[in-house]
Amino acid sequence: MNNNKLAKLGISDKLYKGLNYVVLILLAIIIIVPVAWAFIASVKQDIEFYGNPWVLPQGFYLQNFVDAWEKAKMGSYMLNSLIVTSIALGLLLVIALPAAYVLSRFKFRGSVFWNMMFMAGLFINVNYIVVPIFLMLNNGDKAVRGFLGHPIFLNNLFVLALVYAAMALPFTIYLLSGYFKSLPKEFEEAASVDGAGYFRTMVQIIMPMAKPSIVTVILFNFLSFWNEYIISMTLLTTPGLRTLPVGLMNLMAAQKSAVQYGQMYAGLVIVMLPTLILYILVQKKLTQGMTMGGLKG
Amino acid sequence: MDIKKGQRRFIFFCLTPAVMLFIIFLIVPTINVFRMSTYKWGGYTDEKTFVGLQNFTKLFQSEKFYQAFQNSLLLIVVVSVITFALALVFASILSREKLKGQNLLRIIFYIPNILSVVVISAIFSAIYDPNSGLLNAILNLFRGSESAPTLWLGDQKIVIFSLSGAMIWQAIGYYMVMYMASMANVPESLYESAELEGAGRMEKFFSITIPLIWTNIRTTLTFFIISTINMSFLFVVAMTEGGPDGSTEVFLSYMYKEAYTNSSYGYGMAIGVIVFLFSFALAAILNAVTSRDHLEY
Repeated sequence: MNNNKLAKLGISDKLYKGLNYVVLILLAIIIIVPVAWAFIASVKQDIEFYGNPWVLPQGFYLQNFVDAWEKAKMGSYMLNSLIVTSIALGLLLVIALPAAYVLSRFKFRGSVFWNMMFMAGLFINVNYIVVPIFLMLNNGDKAVRGFLGHPIFLNNLFVLALVYAAMALPFTIYLLSGYFKSLPKEFEEAASVDGAGYFRTMVQIIMPMAKPSIVTVILFNFLSFWNEYIISMTLLTTPGLRTLPVGLMNLMAAQKSAVQYGQMYAGLVIVMLPTLILYILVQKKLTQGMTMGGLKG
Repeated sequence: MDIKKGQRRFIFFCLTPAVMLFIIFLIVPTINVFRMSTYKWGGYTDEKTFVGLQNFTKLFQSEKFYQAFQNSLLLIVVVSVITFALALVFASILSREKLKGQNLLRIIFYIPNILSVVVISAIFSAIYDPNSGLLNAILNLFRGSESAPTLWLGDQKIVIFSLSGAMIWQAIGYYMVMYMASMANVPESLYESAELEGAGRMEKFFSITIPLIWTNIRTTLTFFIISTINMSFLFVVAMTEGGPDGSTEVFLSYMYKEAYTNSSYGYGMAIGVIVFLFSFALAAILNAVTSRDHLEY
């Protein structure tokens, strides 16, 4: 109605289009400015933070990055994050791919049950169960301390990776099964005629075909593992083992008391840069994958 | 017979690791949340006393719990209403109007979704900083720099909206991409015939676009409630730690605090159970309220 009136008043489509641009560009600015601001602030000297926040940095004070990397140990946290993320991704693929394949392509006793269980698992939330998981691992440590002399479950990057992989299972299996279901049965039959066993068929015939969905799985889980901090904060209590987001949280706390703005922003850029680079490289796949496997009503 | 046995062995081999991981790290901890909520238990000691529903009665008499409840509800309402409205409008503009630079805009809008909550919290804490922050600097352009700085994270009345701002900033792109995907499926012919009958943009939006993607909106709504409860927890932990004076305490941050800081795991888990039931009840209610006849196209 409103638009008809506008049209009658002679206000053309061009104005409406222009208005759309204004609104969209405004939102783009609101999204971009905070991120860009963090990048700019990361090369400012601490003293520059007391003045006007609009002022551009006087130079590239890269010492912030050196400090964040060495003094604030972001370098070693980066290594921890890399270790945890890659182990978790490796474990997840090795465990979820065969499970999703079997669950979607074979009928056996319990297949309906386990399909439903993993589906229900989509609704289990990490934030609730992190406390019982901590207690479980803590109890495990108490038990092994008796004969090993030292704890092994808490403060262990491999165990953290295992927990990450477990948390990602329901979504990953859901996404991969959806893809496997869409493949025609003939591939397996042909492989069977050629004398390939189940295992060979899966590894050499089916897996290569599942490549697009495997890429989606890797991208999504990379982002969630790399960015995760509640589980990591709970299960790793030794400072030396921290992952990047937890390290950044500590830098934030330090900044509040000791005013190390520059270092904090540099740490922030260190955490954000890998995901931004990855995103720019694969953004099309990521948004496609989201609508493919994410939520389809 | 041999083939059958081989198949069974293959299935067992493929499924077992996933099932084990799933049971150990998802099923058992979930059961433990419920079981532990009926105990009075410090967590680290073996002294556990079964108290039945006593934790729950204590909970319903706690003022802090009601405060957390109120904050969570407020965040859910504010964040979801604004995010949904904006995401729908922007998605509609981007998919209906043929604008230049669409792809670039879409890429930009999705950026917040790939960043860690810790990173976003750090950026927004800096933006909200009363003295060196960007937000007050922008406001000062209009109100003059002599006026007292607004304490975005320090004023009990404002802080919950400051948190909402960061959460909306983070969520908007995700839902936009989601809705754009479903809007792309709406047949162009419907718009064309509506246009012939003289329908304006508003009419097309409300009587074609919205009804036809309604199923998708409903699905995201359920998902959104559960994710807002979790996200608000992560933001609170990283930005305000529940302060000032409990004014941003949400469900899960209260649970976490009771379990770890006060070492009352039983009580903490009772909160977890209530939140769990609450989110499902809310999702079910919304599902019933928003149900409409399914439209085919």
